[in-house]
Amino acid sequence: MKRIISLLILLAGLLIVGRSFMPPRNPGEFDIVGFGKLPVLVNGRVKPIDTVARTSLLVLCNATYNDADQSHFILTPDKRELTPNEWLLDVLFNAAKADTYQVIVVDNPDLLTLLNLQREDGMAKRRFSFAQIEKGLPELERQARLAEPVEPQARTVFQRSVVQLQSNVVLYLRLKESLVSSDSQDFLGDLMEFQKSLPAGVEAMRAREAGKTYDAALTRKLIENGRRFDHMAQLGYLLAVPPARGESDDNGWRNSGNALMETFQTGQVSAPVMAFAGLAHTWRTGKATEFNEIVRLYRLELEKGFPTSLSKSDAEMRFNAIRPFYSASTLYVMAFFVAVISWLVWPIELGRAAAWLVGIAWLLTTAGILTRMWLEGRPPVTNLYSSALFVGWIAVGFCIALEYFYRNAIASATAGLVGFGTLLIAYYLSLGGDTLEMMRAVLDSNFWLGTHVVTVVAGYGATFLAGFLALVYIVMGVFTPWLKRVPTTAGAAAGRSQTNGKMLESMVYGIVCFATLFSLVGTILGGIWADQSWGRFWGWDPKENGALIIVIWNAIILHARWGGMIKSRGLMCLAVFGNIVTSWSWFGVNMLGVGLHTYGFMDAAFWWLLIFVGSQLAFIALANLPLPKWRSFRA
Amino acid sequence: MNDTLRQFRDFFVSLRLTVVLLVLSMLLVFAATWDQVHLGIWAVQEKWFRSVFVLARLPGTSIPVPVFPGGYLIGGFLLVNLVSAHVYRFKLSWRKSGILLVHTGLILLLIGELLTGLWQEEFQLQLKEGESTNYSESYRFNELAIVDATDPKFDDVVAIPEKLLADGTTIQHPKLPFRVVTKEYYPNAALSMRGSTAADAPAPGALAATMGMGPRVAVMPLPLTYKQDERNWPAAFVELIGPDGSLGIWLVSSQLGAPQSFDYGGHTYHIFLRFARAYKPFSLTLLKATHDIFIGTEIPRNFSSRIRLVTPDGRDDREVLIYMNNPLRYAGLTFYQYQMDAAHGTSVLQVVHNPSWLLPYISCAMMALGLLVQFGMHLVGFIKRRAAV
Repeated sequence: MKRIISLLILLAGLLIVGRSFMPPRNPGEFDIVGFGKLPVLVNGRVKPIDTVARTSLLVLCNATYNDADQSHFILTPDKRELTPNEWLLDVLFNAAKADTYQVIVVDNPDLLTLLNLQREDGMAKRRFSFAQIEKGLPELERQARLAEPVEPQARTVFQRSVVQLQSNVVLYLRLKESLVSSDSQDFLGDLMEFQKSLPAGVEAMRAREAGKTYDAALTRKLIENGRRFDHMAQLGYLLAVPPARGESDDNGWRNSGNALMETFQTGQVSAPVMAFAGLAHTWRTGKATEFNEIVRLYRLELEKGFPTSLSKSDAEMRFNAIRPFYSASTLYVMAFFVAVISWLVWPIELGRAAAWLVGIAWLLTTAGILTRMWLEGRPPVTNLYSSALFVGWIAVGFCIALEYFYRNAIASATAGLVGFGTLLIAYYLSLGGDTLEMMRAVLDSNFWLGTHVVTVVAGYGATFLAGFLALVYIVMGVFTPWLKRVPTTAGAAAGRSQTNGKMLESMVYGIVCFATLFSLVGTILGGIWADQSWGRFWGWDPKENGALIIVIWNAIILHARWGGMIKSRGLMCLAVFGNIVTSWSWFGVNMLGVGLHTYGFMDAAFWWLLIFVGSQLAFIALANLPLPKWRSFRA
Repeated sequence: MNDTLRQFRDFFVSLRLTVVLLVLSMLLVFAATWDQVHLGIWAVQEKWFRSVFVLARLPGTSIPVPVFPGGYLIGGFLLVNLVSAHVYRFKLSWRKSGILLVHTGLILLLIGELLTGLWQEEFQLQLKEGESTNYSESYRFNELAIVDATDPKFDDVVAIPEKLLADGTTIQHPKLPFRVVTKEYYPNAALSMRGSTAADAPAPGALAATMGMGPRVAVMPLPLTYKQDERNWPAAFVELIGPDGSLGIWLVSSQLGAPQSFDYGGHTYHIFLRFARAYKPFSLTLLKATHDIFIGTEIPRNFSSRIRLVTPDGRDDREVLIYMNNPLRYAGLTFYQYQMDAAHGTSVLQVVHNPSWLLPYISCAMMALGLLVQFGMHLVGFIKRRAAV
């Protein structure tokens, strides 16, 4: 019976993972998946259209699309649900329709008033369609012009929402002009006509220049087309026309408008642009078979010159749909509860199930991180988002090792906490847009990213883990008699008949040792990087100082313990304070440049940081209850 | 050993002192990081780290009071604590080897940082494409240059550091036939041209320049800026006084581009306030400044400067490429790519002189190795014990 339950839990975990691996399917006859896989270059990186659809929606709606639960994410006015790719198809090819979808978030009440909008008119009381916003655009633009000269940190809440909305509107407008001209009813027909009349038009232009008689209608048409293509070239967001020289030439990607402007020299509308116009035509007129055929042929053409881009795009689209970090966070929560229950009943079976869940989740995050590394061609940590993933990965990795030695589900419970916590942080960090970003010049060094950044972040992970283990100690010690129990599991620890409290103590101590090692080595490597590239080892810059403080703090814990200044409870308090130190170095320092120039400014993240610090202080206060008040130490 | 001495020793070798010092240094670093918001990175270093005490002014007065031990004091005590503890408890054994390595490395690191604080100099070198230079300029300090340009073949330069102007001392230099007296000094000031109307004339009785272009320029003192991308532009009124009386008052400012010239005693002099210079025994020519961005973004992909390096003795004459994460190390100096304006073909290099740059490398290697040895021994012991059960 017990065994069956633990197997069932394992099975449930596997099911969650397995379900996310189902290949994405087309909602109708159109090969939307095939379209979503096509590569385009946006923000310096070749990526599938699917990623563009998701990240654009993320930025506009300020929420992530969930493949498993897609209800009511985007509703058309006739109450149809759309996937991100369907939405993007309408934006690209059927703009008038897309303008009616409520996807643009407007939260600020003053801004709503400015745009003459009522909260009730919006989807979920905050999302509005472009058509709703359009009338207020001139005023929005005026306000944005007023707000933009103000330094970003010094902007008021209103100004920041103005600037944010303005940039979202610009993004939307740029998306619309990416592949075809948004105001054309039949861009394919326009292009065919343009192509046919081009030679004669050019002749007429030459005649006009030379002062001879010429066909005025033809030249007018030509100039008109030139203006329209130029507009597209200026705005077009997706660089979707691949370079003629093939994969090696990243700088050769252009948007449709650029490619059309070239037509005036070449005399020939390029094949990709024609393909997009064809897709637009078939999409608007509902001809699924033709649409699918164009997608297939276009892809076939790309396979000649861009095999790597295509395979990466395919993989990235699968990765987007699988969302390994989302499933992993569910598993971490399950693991936490199973582990905690294992302290009450069936320690062996449930403990094992919890460890298995942690293992599956960890493997899933490992796979996710590896995929990101492969897509980006970079070491695991390149920005704040990936640092959150990695902090969790390293901490859970340690937990798995600890669980292997101790087999008492302490490490599994902590893994659940830390794993879920870091993935939650990562989720909030991902709301900014595409998390696979290009590296600024100064960071563009895989060697240092791979050594310094990874070690420093591993140091964060280890310090956090020590802090969270200490939290388990404090909570379980104050509220339950669990600390003084000797676990009955069959693990190696049982033979030595250590109490849970003693085991936790040696875990925390061991992890603090690792934390010291990583943070010290990482900080020093950072110094060497700085010396290599800037000629100075240490510059007292906030981020450097943050790393240094973690090193010092870990050194304090170790020395205080060696000097006998702290016993087990002191160790736990100091380790919990390590959470504060690390969170400050990780996030607080980044807010310094931002948050503190103007005291009025309080970013949402800053509040969360304060709340976290407050909660940790509360735990430390709790730990300082006199020992007889601790249930674990009551006589 | 008498009691006082023993107490003294016990104090300095105690772990308790170590922990207290570590806590203090953490607080110091934390507070200094916050202070950067107001003060900027340079002022913070002087105030918090390169000082014995952190001074703050009593509210409403200009009396400085020590409020916290500074970097030198805490670092110094840590050093004494570390060295004395190790001397006192020294025992050569394998078990202690890791700890010993870590702490020796730390001692080296602290000494290295002290030397860096004392010796390191940073300058900037701004070049336009095609331009050559053989000096770099400080971006924090200025100097008053008085150049005897009588002989067309060479200039005879007397450079007076800004600090002396600020102190208001009368400067007498053997090469100058006059004294330099600072009448007024502004650490940061804006200049503007005076109009010809009466309203624009200086207030009667106010200090005004009598010579050079000074009479036509109005000076407006500004508060000091601590922003990292801004610099202070000092200005001063200096009077030159020869043996037979005053030569006049000049307005000098690093914002006045061209030097002001005057003749005295048969010599032609130029006087100007400029960024403090450091001359090099070689010259650099900027051949090409390149600034790449990732397509479809504003994100810089790379900055690079192709530079030709020539020494007057002809021993070196080569092209070098300086780009992000790839500085030029030459003649004890490090040149790294700092700013770039490729559109105007200008490139700014940072030039750092730090003779003690190698120390951190050695100490780092020692500390990392020491920690690995120490924790490795712990870990192996732990696993063995577990396996034995």
